[in-house]
Amino acid sequence: MIIPKLALRNLLGAGLRTWLNVVVLSFSFVVIIWTQGLYKGMNDQAERASVDAILGGGQYWQGKYDPLDVFSLEDAHAVVPEELRAMIAADRATPILVVQGTLYPKGRIQPVVIKGIDPDQKLLSLPSHFLKTGEDRFPALIGSRMAKNTGLTVGDTVTLRWRDVNGTFDARDVEIVQVMKTTVQSIDQGQVWIPLDKLRTLAGMEDEASLVVVAQGTLERPEAPGWVFRDLDFLLSDVKQLVRMKSAGATILYVVLIMLAMLAIFDTQILSIFRRKKEMGTLMALGFTRGRVIRLFTLEGALHGVLAAIVAALYGIPFLTWYARQGWALPEGIDSYGFAIGEKLFPVYSAGLVIGTTLLVLVITTIVSFLPTRKIAKLKPTEALRGRMS
Amino acid sequence: MENSFLIETRDLVKTYSLGEHAIKALDKVNLKFEKGEFTGLVGPSGSGKTTLLNIIGSLDSPTSGSAVVMGRKVEELSHNQAAALRNHHIGFIFQTFNLLPVYTVFENVEFPLLLLDYSAEERSRMTMAALEWVGLADRAKSKPAQLSGGQSQRVAIARAVVKKPALILADEPTANLDAENSRHILQTMERLNRDLGTTFVFATHDQKVIDYLRRKITLVDGAVFKDEPMEPQRRGGGRK
Repeated sequence: MIIPKLALRNLLGAGLRTWLNVVVLSFSFVVIIWTQGLYKGMNDQAERASVDAILGGGQYWQGKYDPLDVFSLEDAHAVVPEELRAMIAADRATPILVVQGTLYPKGRIQPVVIKGIDPDQKLLSLPSHFLKTGEDRFPALIGSRMAKNTGLTVGDTVTLRWRDVNGTFDARDVEIVQVMKTTVQSIDQGQVWIPLDKLRTLAGMEDEASLVVVAQGTLERPEAPGWVFRDLDFLLSDVKQLVRMKSAGATILYVVLIMLAMLAIFDTQILSIFRRKKEMGTLMALGFTRGRVIRLFTLEGALHGVLAAIVAALYGIPFLTWYARQGWALPEGIDSYGFAIGEKLFPVYSAGLVIGTTLLVLVITTIVSFLPTRKIAKLKPTEALRGRMS
Repeated sequence: MENSFLIETRDLVKTYSLGEHAIKALDKVNLKFEKGEFTGLVGPSGSGKTTLLNIIGSLDSPTSGSAVVMGRKVEELSHNQAAALRNHHIGFIFQTFNLLPVYTVFENVEFPLLLLDYSAEERSRMTMAALEWVGLADRAKSKPAQLSGGQSQRVAIARAVVKKPALILADEPTANLDAENSRHILQTMERLNRDLGTTFVFATHDQKVIDYLRRKITLVDGAVFKDEPMEPQRRGGGRK
């Protein structure tokens, strides 16, 4: 127990030099956890928003349905099978029909994906209830980004054209009944939502759908011939990939912060060795073995990490907790970031993130403390006492 | 014990290589030291005093020949065995005091005891006793930076004697001190030698130290030039 005791005594005895390093390192701790928490929050928020708005608890896709291939949409529809109809009737699923179309806002041509959804559905947070209008109107919902790009606002009438089941073009004027403020990019841009029954009738696709969204928490996954169930892991892969790309920037910051902190420790250790050689020689003369000297100096460096974790906890926990509750109010232009984020971003600090970061910093601190200290193993006591390195 | 002497050197040779040249710091030194001696290694700079002291203190090893210290051959000791020998049996006093700067006077003196598994109570008692010995009990809580040169050297002496070692090696202990402090320090060491029977071996060319010696070994170019008993001229008393 003598080594930890002496290491702590040396560390605290060094005064300002120690506390300067500890504060820098603790700052790194907090900033690393904070930035990673933001990305975790962004990730969670994007996933949650996507699940709530459109993905539900998973989706059955008609065999030919491929949202990434617009040419597949022509054939990607079929009568909803009996197995799924029972779930729809029990409000545990809702069908969506997808048809390729064109919008003509203010004389321009805008390719869109037309999606028919049941206005009475409650599975998804999509505001489909706005589509419940009188028979004399043809309501349509669009996302705010789509509205911005096309210049459309609530109450505007715009021509929508599509091809029916026979490949015949048809067109109607639709009324924009609501501009959705959504954080899910895929439904914010390039999509026009209309009542499912109307789309089925106009496209000649009675009782058909392209996909059936299953309610969150529903465990039953009946076999539906010609349909494929896609779980959330599959459906969220794009979101996760996007998050990974965004996280690359955070990782650079993470590495820079770690490097800065480690540089401070490494620098301190190097300085210690060059300035405290005579002290090491004295320790050896007093009976310290080389191993003990190495352990002492390594532990001294590593204890910077421990003290930094304690200091970081003192001001970091209140700060991060407050921040997680307040959230980060994002600037208005943030939607151009190309990411589904709400008006506020709430960081999420998982136990894994906090413990992982703490352990990582402690391990790296110990390594960078050991590396320069290892030189001591080559030091002869007589040379150390003279203040020389061998 | 291999022999009855506390220290014995046989044909001790130490050479240092300086580029392509070899410098002989010690040249076939044959010496014997008995317990309780108050002996000085004297001679001009570069005569091998410190080298001999370092080998006796197991801080260095000979190139050839043998140094037997308390029955242990220094040249055969591993690093850990040498550290254990220093830890248990040898105290060092350095010209520049070599106090640990972040520790208090008490902690500096207590330090050797930490390595010897004494209880906290024993450590405290022995440390205060050593500080009282050198007249610095009232400065126990001071830091080395707050002490004068003489006081620092007395702390170093207390640190060397606190574990009551059989041998104390002092390398130019008065070189950084004025006459008054030198006299005080030497009297303290002479008293330790007399009361505790501690063997002292000095490396010095300071006449103030030489005046206190009871045996003077003169080294010239690494070889023993003269080995003579001395009658201390500044009486403080001695065991032999």
